[in-house]
Amino acid sequence: MGQISLSNVAKRFGEVEVIPPLDLQINDGEFVVFVGPSGCGKSTLLRLIAGLEDVSSGEIVIDGTNATEMPPAKRRLAMVFQSYALYPHMSVRNNIAFPLRMAKLDKAEQDRRVSDAARVLNLTDYLDRRPGQLSGGQRQRVAIGRAIVREPAAFLFDEPLSNLDAALRVGMRLEISELHKRLKTTMIYVTHDQVEAMTMADKIVVLRAGVIEQVGSPLELYRTPRNLFVAGFIGSPKMNFLKGDEAKKHGADTIGIRPEHIVLSQEKGDWKGTVGVSEHLGSDTFFHVNSDLFDEPVTVRADGEVDLHYGAEIYLSPNTAHLHKFDAKGLRIS
Amino acid sequence: MATQHSRSAARLMMAPAVTLLLGWMLVPLVMTLFFSFRTYLPLRPEVAQTWVGFDNYVRFVTSSSFWPAVVATLIIVGGVLLITLILGVILALLLDQPMWGQGAVRVLVIAPFFVMPTVSALLWKNMFMDPVNGFFAHILRALGLAPIEFLSQHSLTSIIVIVSWEWLPFATLILLTAIQSLDQEQLEAAEMDGASWPSRFIYIILPHLSRAMTVVLLIQTIFLLGIFAEIFVTTQGSFGSKTLTYLIYQRVLESQNVGLGSAGGVYAIILANIVAMFLMRIVGKNLDA
Ligand SMILES: Nc1ncnc2c1ncn2[C@@H]1O[C@H](COP(=O)(O)OP(=O)(O)OP(=O)(O)O)[C@@H](O)[C@H]1O
Ligand SMILES: [Mg+2]
Repeated sequence: MGQISLSNVAKRFGEVEVIPPLDLQINDGEFVVFVGPSGCGKSTLLRLIAGLEDVSSGEIVIDGTNATEMPPAKRRLAMVFQSYALYPHMSVRNNIAFPLRMAKLDKAEQDRRVSDAARVLNLTDYLDRRPGQLSGGQRQRVAIGRAIVREPAAFLFDEPLSNLDAALRVGMRLEISELHKRLKTTMIYVTHDQVEAMTMADKIVVLRAGVIEQVGSPLELYRTPRNLFVAGFIGSPKMNFLKGDEAKKHGADTIGIRPEHIVLSQEKGDWKGTVGVSEHLGSDTFFHVNSDLFDEPVTVRADGEVDLHYGAEIYLSPNTAHLHKFDAKGLRIS
Repeated sequence: MATQHSRSAARLMMAPAVTLLLGWMLVPLVMTLFFSFRTYLPLRPEVAQTWVGFDNYVRFVTSSSFWPAVVATLIIVGGVLLITLILGVILALLLDQPMWGQGAVRVLVIAPFFVMPTVSALLWKNMFMDPVNGFFAHILRALGLAPIEFLSQHSLTSIIVIVSWEWLPFATLILLTAIQSLDQEQLEAAEMDGASWPSRFIYIILPHLSRAMTVVLLIQTIFLLGIFAEIFVTTQGSFGSKTLTYLIYQRVLESQNVGLGSAGGVYAIILANIVAMFLMRIVGKNLDA
C-alpha cells in the first residue's frame, strides 16, 4: 500500500510562504512526478511528505493514517537523495543493510534482502567496496538499493539523475521505470527535466512558485495544457506562442502551436518567414523561423532530410487541430 | 617546464632557507648528542670534562625519578587527550546548533587558546585553585566544606585540568569545522532509515569525525609531551607531577648536570619520534580510506 493524500498542506519559512495551501492525491502504485522550474518548491514538497520538514498547516495522510506529526522513520517511506547521501565509511553491503540494521532485523533476513537487492541492481560484485570506489551510476544504484530493502510504502526521489551524464541518465531512467513496473510500489519523483517527467510518469504534477498548476497524465498535459505556463513547460522544444492579430483571428488572446504541429513548405502557407538558426539532430531538424508576424522566432520541426539554408524564404501552416487557445489571463479556452 | 636550468636555479634559491632550517635543527641536536656522552658539570670545575660513553644514558633511566616521570607524563598526556576529545566533540556538536549570538559564543570558546600557557597556569593557580583566596575555596567554604589544596593534594588532576582548558578550544575548533563539513543529507538519509539520534551519532557523525579526531590526537600529543610552563608555574614538579620534560630541565638547570640532561633529551627525541611515526601511520591509513 502506498496511498498518500495531502490536504491544505502549506509551508512557510519564517515570513516566506514557499508552498501555499495545496491538495494532492497520490494513489497506490502510481508513478508521480513533480516537475517545475528551479526554486518552485518541488524538493520542499517532497521533504514535507518525507517528514524531513514540518508542515506549517494542513494534513498528510499515508495509507489512511494521519502522518502529519509522525517522524520520518515511522512513515514507511524511503528516499533517494540528489547527492545519494551514501555513508562513505561503510561498505556497499553495510550501506544497503543500514535501514535493516536500524530496524533490528535478524542477520539472515538482512543478508537475504541485501543480496536480493544487489542482484536486482547489478551490485553483487561491488558489495564489499566503499561508495568512494564506485562510479556515479553505481552509487545511484546503491542509494536505490538502500531504499528498496526496506520494502517501503512509497519511494521518494529528489532529482536522482541530475549528477549523471546524459547517456547514463537515459539508462538509469529506464532502470527506475522498470523497477517501478516490477515492484508496483508508489513512487514520487522530483525533477526539473520535463523529458524525465514525460517518459516516466503515470501522473505529472506541474508546480510553479509552490502552486500546483496542473495534475494529469503526460499526454493530458501535452494535449490539453490548462494554462500558458504548463503549455510552455511541457514539450520539447517549447510550444510557440503568438499574440496580436494572429491570435485574434482564432478568437484568443494568445495562441500556442507546438513545433511538431507546423507544416513547412517552400511554396505556400499561412505565414511567410525566413529561416534563422537551424538545429540538426539527424532524425529531426528544428528551424527557427523569423517573420514580421511573430514577436519571437517560431520553432518548427521538419524531417531530418529537409535542407534549408540561413535566410531562405519559407511558408508555415499550423495544424489547426492542434492549436491551443488561451485567454487574457493565460487560461485555456476549450 | 622543469628544465635542467630552472631546476638548478630553484635549488640555488631554496638553499638559504634549507641551510638555515638544517642549522636550526642540526646544531642543537648535535650539541645535545655531544654533551650526552660527556660529563659536564659547569658549577663544579674540579670535575674534568671527559667522554663517558653511555654512562649518562644508563644513569638517566636508572635514577629513581625516571619511571615516575614517565608515568606522570603518560597520565597527563592521556588525561588531557581524553578530556579534550570528549568535551571537544560535545562542544562542537553544541556550537553547530543554530543559536542566538553564535559568533560571539564561538569567539569566547576559542579565547583560552590565545592565553599564554604561563598566564593561564597562573590564573588557575591564583584565581581558582588557591586554597585561601581561590574561587573553588570560596565555594567550598560557602558550602561548609574544607578548602582543598588542589595543587598539592591533586597535583596531576589539577595540571590536567589546566592544560585541558588550554587545549579544548583547539580540539573544539577542528572538530567543529569537521562537523560542519558533514553532508546534511547523510543525516537525513539516516533519519529516514530509522536511525535514532544516538545511532546517527555512532554510525554517521563519529566516523565522519574520526579523521579530525586523529589529527587532534596527533598534534596535541606532540605538544603535550613537552608541556613545561604549566608545571613550572604551579607545582615545580613536586607532588608527583614531574614529567620527563621537567625532569630533564631539573637535571640541566637545577642540578647543573648538562651531560645527564642531554641524555634525557635524546630519550625525549626518540620517544617523540616513535609517537609521531605511530600517529602518522594512523593518519596515513585514515587518509587512504
Ligand atoms: N530552509 C529554508 N529556509 C528558507 N527558505 C527555503 C528553505 N528551503 C527552501 N527554501 C526556499 O523555498 C523555495 C523552494 O525551494 P526548493 O528547494 O523546494 O526548490 P526546488 O523546486 O527543489 O528547486 P530545485 O529544482 O532548484 O531543486 C526556494 O525559493 C528556496 O529559497
Ligand atoms: Mg530541489
